[in-house]
Amino acid sequence: MTVNPWVRPYVLTGGRTRTRHPLFVHTLVSVPQYDPGYAAQLPPEARRLYERANTAVQSVAELSAHCGVSLGVTRVLLGDMAARDRMVVNPGGYESPYDPRLLKRVIDGLYELA
Amino acid sequence: MGFMSSPNPEPRLTSAKIVVAGGFGVGKTTLVGAVSEIPPVNTEAWMTQTSKTVDPLSEDTGKVTTTVAMDFGRVTLADDLVLYLFGTPGQARFWPMWDDLCRGASGAVVLVDTHRLDASFAAVNYFENDSDVPFIVAVNLFDGEQTHDLADVREALQLSPHIPLVTCDARTRGAAVETLTTSLNHTMRQTANGHDVPAVR
Ligand SMILES: Nc1nc2c(ncn2[C@@H]2O[C@H](COP(=O)(O)OP(=O)(O)OP(=O)(O)O)[C@@H](O)[C@H]2O)c(=O)[nH]1
Ligand SMILES: [Mg+2]
Repeated sequence: MTVNPWVRPYVLTGGRTRTRHPLFVHTLVSVPQYDPGYAAQLPPEARRLYERANTAVQSVAELSAHCGVSLGVTRVLLGDMAARDRMVVNPGGYESPYDPRLLKRVIDGLYELA
Repeated sequence: MGFMSSPNPEPRLTSAKIVVAGGFGVGKTTLVGAVSEIPPVNTEAWMTQTSKTVDPLSEDTGKVTTTVAMDFGRVTLADDLVLYLFGTPGQARFWPMWDDLCRGASGAVVLVDTHRLDASFAAVNYFENDSDVPFIVAVNLFDGEQTHDLADVREALQLSPHIPLVTCDARTRGAAVETLTTSLNHTMRQTANGHDVPAVR
Protein backbone atom coordinates (compact mmCIF):
# COMPACT_ATOMS: atom_id res chain seq x y z
CA MET A 1 0.00 0.00 0.00
CA THR A 2 1.29 3.45 -0.75
CA VAL A 3 1.48 6.15 1.85
CA ASN A 4 -1.84 7.84 2.36
CA PRO A 5 -1.20 11.59 2.19
CA TRP A 6 -4.32 12.23 4.18
CA VAL A 7 -2.84 10.89 7.43
CA ARG A 8 0.72 11.96 6.77
CA PRO A 9 0.80 15.20 8.81
CA TYR A 10 -0.15 13.38 11.97
CA VAL A 11 2.36 10.66 11.35
CA LEU A 12 5.05 13.29 10.93
CA THR A 13 4.12 14.99 14.15
CA GLY A 14 4.67 11.81 16.09
CA GLY A 15 2.02 9.39 15.04
CA ARG A 16 -0.46 10.31 17.72
CA THR A 17 -3.22 12.66 16.94
CA ARG A 18 -4.00 14.91 19.84
CA THR A 19 -7.50 14.26 20.99
CA ARG A 20 -9.17 15.45 24.11
CA HIS A 21 -9.59 11.93 25.37
CA PRO A 22 -7.53 8.80 24.88
CA LEU A 23 -8.78 6.32 22.32
CA PHE A 24 -8.88 3.03 24.21
CA VAL A 25 -10.26 -0.02 22.45
CA HIS A 26 -13.48 0.39 24.43
CA THR A 27 -13.74 4.17 24.04
CA LEU A 28 -17.06 5.20 22.53
CA VAL A 29 -17.18 7.53 19.58
CA SER A 30 -19.96 9.09 17.54
CA VAL A 31 -20.59 11.50 14.71
CA PRO A 32 -21.94 14.79 16.08
CA GLN A 33 -23.36 16.06 12.82
CA TYR A 34 -23.31 13.91 9.71
CA ASP A 35 -21.99 15.69 6.63
CA PRO A 36 -22.50 13.82 3.34
CA GLY A 37 -20.10 16.13 1.54
CA TYR A 38 -17.37 15.40 4.04
CA ALA A 39 -18.10 11.67 3.81
CA ALA A 40 -17.87 11.73 0.03
CA GLN A 41 -14.33 13.03 -0.05
CA LEU A 42 -12.95 10.65 2.56
CA PRO A 43 -10.64 7.80 1.61
CA PRO A 44 -12.48 4.43 1.68
CA GLU A 45 -11.38 3.24 5.13
CA ALA A 46 -12.08 6.56 6.83
CA ARG A 47 -15.38 6.73 5.04
CA ARG A 48 -16.47 3.30 6.24
CA LEU A 49 -15.63 4.32 9.81
CA TYR A 50 -17.43 7.63 9.51
CA GLU A 51 -20.57 6.07 8.03
CA ARG A 52 -20.63 3.28 10.58
CA ALA A 53 -20.05 5.61 13.53
CA ASN A 54 -23.00 7.64 12.31
CA THR A 55 -25.36 4.67 12.77
CA ALA A 56 -24.83 4.37 16.54
CA VAL A 57 -22.49 5.31 19.33
CA GLN A 58 -19.97 2.49 19.46
CA SER A 59 -16.48 1.56 20.54
CA VAL A 60 -13.22 1.90 18.66
CA ALA A 61 -12.93 -1.91 18.62
CA GLU A 62 -16.41 -2.37 17.15
CA LEU A 63 -15.73 0.16 14.43
CA SER A 64 -12.44 -1.53 13.64
CA ALA A 65 -14.01 -4.98 13.49
CA HIS A 66 -17.10 -4.08 11.53
CA CYS A 67 -15.34 -1.86 9.02
CA GLY A 68 -12.51 -4.31 8.49
CA VAL A 69 -9.96 -1.66 9.37
CA SER A 70 -7.14 -2.74 11.67
CA LEU A 71 -7.13 -1.31 15.15
CA GLY A 72 -4.04 0.83 14.63
CA VAL A 73 -5.32 2.43 11.47
CA THR A 74 -8.76 2.88 13.02
CA ARG A 75 -7.20 4.83 15.88
CA VAL A 76 -5.27 7.11 13.59
CA LEU A 77 -8.26 7.80 11.37
CA LEU A 78 -10.71 8.35 14.25
CA GLY A 79 -8.19 10.56 16.02
CA ASP A 80 -7.83 12.65 12.92
CA MET A 81 -11.57 13.02 12.48
CA ALA A 82 -11.93 13.87 16.17
CA ALA A 83 -9.24 16.54 15.88
CA ARG A 84 -11.33 18.09 13.11
CA ASP A 85 -14.50 17.81 15.22
CA ARG A 86 -16.02 15.39 12.73
CA MET A 87 -16.12 12.71 15.39
CA VAL A 88 -16.81 13.04 19.08
CA VAL A 89 -14.74 10.97 21.44
CA ASN A 90 -17.08 10.22 24.30
CA PRO A 91 -15.49 11.25 27.56
CA GLY A 92 -17.68 8.87 29.54
CA GLY A 93 -19.09 9.75 32.89
CA TYR A 94 -16.16 8.77 35.10
CA GLU A 95 -12.60 9.96 35.51
CA SER A 96 -11.20 6.55 36.30
CA PRO A 97 -12.06 2.93 35.44
CA TYR A 98 -11.69 2.32 39.19
CA ASP A 99 -14.31 4.88 40.21
CA PRO A 100 -16.32 2.99 42.84
CA ARG A 101 -19.58 4.37 41.47
CA LEU A 102 -18.77 2.94 38.05
CA LEU A 103 -17.66 -0.40 39.52
CA LYS A 104 -20.82 -0.63 41.58
CA ARG A 105 -23.03 0.11 38.60
CA VAL A 106 -21.33 -2.54 36.49
CA ILE A 107 -21.55 -5.12 39.29
CA ASP A 108 -25.24 -4.40 39.83
CA GLY A 109 -25.88 -4.49 36.09
CA LEU A 110 -24.15 -7.84 35.77
CA TYR A 111 -26.14 -9.33 38.62
CA GLU A 112 -29.32 -8.30 36.90
CA LEU A 113 -28.22 -10.28 33.87
CA ALA A 114 -27.46 -13.46 35.73
CA MET B 1 -15.98 20.93 28.43
CA GLY B 2 -15.47 21.22 24.68
CA PHE B 3 -17.91 20.35 21.91
CA MET B 4 -20.15 23.33 22.73
CA SER B 5 -20.50 24.12 19.06
CA SER B 6 -21.95 20.76 18.16
CA PRO B 7 -25.70 20.97 17.53
CA ASN B 8 -26.44 17.44 18.75
CA PRO B 9 -26.15 16.70 22.43
CA GLU B 10 -22.95 14.97 23.35
CA PRO B 11 -23.65 11.29 24.01
CA ARG B 12 -23.43 10.44 27.67
CA LEU B 13 -23.06 6.74 27.19
CA THR B 14 -20.27 5.35 29.37
CA SER B 15 -18.26 2.24 28.66
CA ALA B 16 -16.29 0.00 30.97
CA LYS B 17 -13.96 -2.85 30.16
CA ILE B 18 -12.89 -6.13 31.71
CA VAL B 19 -10.03 -8.12 30.22
CA VAL B 20 -10.13 -11.92 30.08
CA ALA B 21 -6.63 -13.34 29.84
CA GLY B 22 -4.93 -16.71 30.00
CA GLY B 23 -3.07 -19.19 27.84
CA PHE B 24 -4.16 -20.94 24.67
CA GLY B 25 -7.52 -22.67 24.81
CA VAL B 26 -8.30 -22.02 28.47
CA GLY B 27 -11.81 -20.80 27.65
CA LYS B 28 -11.40 -17.04 27.21
CA THR B 29 -13.67 -16.79 24.18
CA THR B 30 -16.15 -19.15 25.83
CA LEU B 31 -16.38 -16.92 28.91
CA VAL B 32 -16.78 -13.77 26.84
CA GLY B 33 -19.47 -15.49 24.78
CA ALA B 34 -21.37 -16.66 27.87
CA VAL B 35 -22.02 -13.07 28.92
CA SER B 36 -21.95 -11.10 25.69
CA GLU B 37 -25.14 -10.00 23.96
CA ILE B 38 -23.40 -10.40 20.61
CA PRO B 39 -21.35 -13.41 19.51
CA PRO B 40 -17.73 -12.63 20.35
CA VAL B 41 -16.38 -10.47 17.57
CA ASN B 42 -13.21 -11.88 16.20
CA THR B 43 -11.10 -9.28 14.57
CA GLU B 44 -7.65 -9.05 13.21
CA ALA B 45 -5.69 -6.27 14.76
CA TRP B 46 -2.38 -5.03 13.64
CA MET B 47 0.37 -5.02 16.14
CA THR B 48 3.24 -2.76 15.34
CA GLN B 49 6.53 -2.82 17.17
CA THR B 50 6.54 0.88 17.87
CA SER B 51 3.50 3.06 17.91
CA LYS B 52 5.41 6.33 18.02
CA THR B 53 6.83 6.48 14.55
CA VAL B 54 5.08 3.88 12.48
CA ASP B 55 2.78 4.96 9.74
CA PRO B 56 0.24 2.16 9.92
CA LEU B 57 -0.89 2.75 6.38
CA SER B 58 2.55 2.41 4.93
CA GLU B 59 4.45 -0.78 4.37
CA ASP B 60 7.72 0.77 3.46
CA THR B 61 8.68 1.89 6.95
CA GLY B 62 10.51 -1.37 7.52
CA LYS B 63 8.69 -1.97 10.77
CA VAL B 64 7.48 -5.37 11.80
CA THR B 65 3.75 -5.82 11.78
CA THR B 66 2.04 -8.93 13.01
CA THR B 67 -1.57 -9.84 12.69
CA VAL B 68 -3.20 -10.86 15.94
CA ALA B 69 -6.66 -12.19 16.43
CA MET B 70 -8.50 -10.70 19.35
CA ASP B 71 -12.07 -11.06 20.31
CA PHE B 72 -14.48 -9.10 22.36
CA GLY B 73 -18.06 -9.05 23.50
CA ARG B 74 -20.48 -6.38 24.57
CA VAL B 75 -23.09 -6.21 27.30
CA THR B 76 -25.54 -3.33 27.59
CA LEU B 77 -26.07 -2.88 31.31
CA ALA B 78 -28.25 0.22 31.20
CA ASP B 79 -29.35 2.93 28.78
CA ASP B 80 -26.15 4.77 29.49
CA LEU B 81 -23.73 1.97 30.36
CA VAL B 82 -22.01 -0.62 28.19
CA LEU B 83 -19.52 -3.22 29.35
CA TYR B 84 -16.95 -4.58 26.92
CA LEU B 85 -15.15 -7.85 27.52
CA PHE B 86 -11.85 -8.34 25.76
CA GLY B 87 -10.14 -11.69 25.40
CA THR B 88 -6.40 -11.35 25.09
CA PRO B 89 -4.57 -13.18 22.34
CA GLY B 90 -3.26 -16.39 23.94
CA GLN B 91 0.41 -16.06 23.17
CA ALA B 92 2.71 -14.10 25.43
CA ARG B 93 4.64 -12.71 22.48
CA PHE B 94 1.69 -10.45 21.90
CA TRP B 95 2.25 -8.57 25.12
CA PRO B 96 2.37 -5.18 23.45
CA MET B 97 -1.16 -5.97 22.38
CA TRP B 98 -2.04 -6.85 25.97
CA ASP B 99 -0.86 -3.44 27.12
CA ASP B 100 -3.19 -1.91 24.64
CA LEU B 101 -6.15 -4.07 25.60
CA CYS B 102 -5.59 -3.55 29.31
CA ARG B 103 -5.28 0.23 29.29
CA GLY B 104 -8.34 1.68 30.96
CA ALA B 105 -9.68 -1.70 32.11
CA SER B 106 -11.61 -1.91 35.38
CA GLY B 107 -10.37 -5.41 36.10
CA ALA B 108 -8.87 -8.55 34.64
CA VAL B 109 -9.59 -12.25 34.92
CA VAL B 110 -6.81 -14.75 34.27
CA LEU B 111 -8.38 -18.06 33.31
CA VAL B 112 -6.49 -21.27 34.01
CA ASP B 113 -7.00 -24.88 33.05
CA THR B 114 -5.74 -27.06 35.88
CA HIS B 115 -4.56 -29.69 33.42
CA ARG B 116 -2.30 -27.17 31.78
CA LEU B 117 -1.54 -24.65 34.48
CA ASP B 118 1.66 -23.65 32.74
CA ALA B 119 -0.35 -22.32 29.80
CA SER B 120 -1.39 -19.41 31.99
CA PHE B 121 1.92 -18.72 33.75
CA ALA B 122 2.71 -15.93 31.33
CA ALA B 123 -0.62 -14.25 31.94
CA VAL B 124 -0.19 -14.36 35.72
CA ASN B 125 3.32 -12.98 35.35
CA TYR B 126 2.05 -10.22 33.16
CA PHE B 127 -0.58 -9.00 35.60
CA GLU B 128 1.66 -9.41 38.59
CA ASN B 129 4.62 -7.54 37.12
CA ASP B 130 3.72 -5.56 34.05
CA SER B 131 0.22 -4.25 34.54
CA ASP B 132 -1.52 -2.05 37.09
CA VAL B 133 -4.94 -3.52 36.39
CA PRO B 134 -6.16 -5.47 39.43
CA PHE B 135 -6.67 -9.13 38.52
CA ILE B 136 -8.14 -12.33 39.83
CA VAL B 137 -7.51 -15.92 38.77
CA ALA B 138 -10.36 -18.22 37.78
CA VAL B 139 -10.04 -21.98 37.30
CA ASN B 140 -12.15 -23.03 34.34
CA LEU B 141 -13.88 -26.28 35.28
CA PHE B 142 -13.82 -27.91 31.89
CA ASP B 143 -15.54 -31.10 33.00
CA GLY B 144 -17.62 -29.39 35.65
CA GLU B 145 -15.62 -31.01 38.40
CA GLN B 146 -12.90 -29.54 40.48
CA THR B 147 -9.98 -31.89 40.11
CA HIS B 148 -7.41 -29.90 42.00
CA ASP B 149 -7.44 -28.34 45.40
CA LEU B 150 -7.47 -24.56 45.04
CA ALA B 151 -4.72 -24.29 47.64
CA ASP B 152 -2.52 -26.42 45.37
CA VAL B 153 -3.36 -24.25 42.40
CA ARG B 154 -2.50 -21.15 44.38
CA GLU B 155 0.77 -22.72 45.40
CA ALA B 156 1.63 -23.81 41.85
CA LEU B 157 0.87 -20.35 40.49
CA GLN B 158 2.71 -18.68 43.37
CA LEU B 159 -0.23 -16.35 43.80
CA SER B 160 -0.03 -13.65 46.44
CA PRO B 161 -2.56 -14.25 49.20
CA HIS B 162 -4.53 -11.12 48.33
CA ILE B 163 -5.32 -12.27 44.78
CA PRO B 164 -8.73 -13.97 44.70
CA LEU B 165 -8.74 -17.48 43.24
CA VAL B 166 -12.13 -18.83 42.20
CA THR B 167 -13.60 -21.60 40.09
CA CYS B 168 -16.03 -21.12 37.25
CA ASP B 169 -17.70 -22.86 34.37
CA ALA B 170 -16.91 -20.56 31.50
CA ARG B 171 -19.84 -21.88 29.51
CA THR B 172 -22.58 -20.74 31.86
CA ARG B 173 -23.68 -17.16 32.15
CA GLY B 174 -24.25 -17.30 35.89
CA ALA B 175 -20.75 -18.53 36.61
CA ALA B 176 -19.21 -16.09 34.16
CA VAL B 177 -21.10 -13.20 35.76
CA GLU B 178 -19.97 -14.33 39.20
CA THR B 179 -16.36 -14.36 38.01
CA LEU B 180 -16.62 -10.89 36.51
CA THR B 181 -18.22 -9.42 39.61
CA THR B 182 -15.55 -11.04 41.78
CA SER B 183 -13.00 -9.27 39.63
CA LEU B 184 -14.69 -5.88 40.02
CA ASN B 185 -15.16 -6.33 43.75
CA HIS B 186 -11.46 -7.07 43.98
CA THR B 187 -10.69 -3.89 42.05
CA MET B 188 -12.91 -1.98 44.44
CA ARG B 189 -11.00 -3.32 47.45
CA GLN B 190 -7.61 -2.80 45.84
CA THR B 191 -8.27 0.77 44.87
CA ALA B 192 -10.46 1.91 47.75
CA ASN B 193 -7.79 2.29 50.41
CA GLY B 194 -5.70 4.56 48.27
CA HIS B 195 -2.86 2.11 47.77
CA ASP B 196 -2.08 1.06 44.25
CA VAL B 197 -4.22 3.52 42.38
CA PRO B 198 -2.47 3.81 39.08
CA ALA B 199 -3.04 6.76 36.82
CA VAL B 200 -4.74 5.80 33.61
CA ARG B 201 -2.98 6.62 30.40
N1 LIG C 1 -16.24 -29.02 28.31
C1 LIG C 1 -15.88 -27.75 28.37
N2 LIG C 1 -15.30 -27.23 27.28
C2 LIG C 1 -14.93 -25.94 27.32
C3 LIG C 1 -15.13 -25.11 28.45
N3 LIG C 1 -14.64 -23.88 28.20
C4 LIG C 1 -14.14 -23.95 26.96
N4 LIG C 1 -14.31 -25.18 26.41
C5 LIG C 1 -13.87 -25.64 25.10
O1 LIG C 1 -12.46 -25.50 25.07
C6 LIG C 1 -12.03 -25.02 23.80
C7 LIG C 1 -11.25 -23.72 23.94
O2 LIG C 1 -12.12 -22.71 24.46
P1 LIG C 1 -11.99 -21.19 23.97
O3 LIG C 1 -13.04 -20.44 24.68
O4 LIG C 1 -11.96 -21.10 22.49
O5 LIG C 1 -10.57 -20.87 24.57
P2 LIG C 1 -9.69 -19.56 24.32
O6 LIG C 1 -8.99 -19.30 25.60
O7 LIG C 1 -10.50 -18.49 23.75
O8 LIG C 1 -8.67 -20.12 23.24
P3 LIG C 1 -7.62 -19.27 22.36
O9 LIG C 1 -8.29 -18.00 22.00
O10 LIG C 1 -7.34 -20.15 21.20
O11 LIG C 1 -6.41 -19.08 23.23
C8 LIG C 1 -13.28 -24.87 22.96
O12 LIG C 1 -13.45 -26.03 22.16
C9 LIG C 1 -14.38 -24.76 23.99
O13 LIG C 1 -15.61 -25.23 23.49
C10 LIG C 1 -15.76 -25.70 29.60
O14 LIG C 1 -15.97 -25.06 30.62
N5 LIG C 1 -16.10 -27.01 29.49
MG1 LIG D 1 -10.20 -17.36 21.98
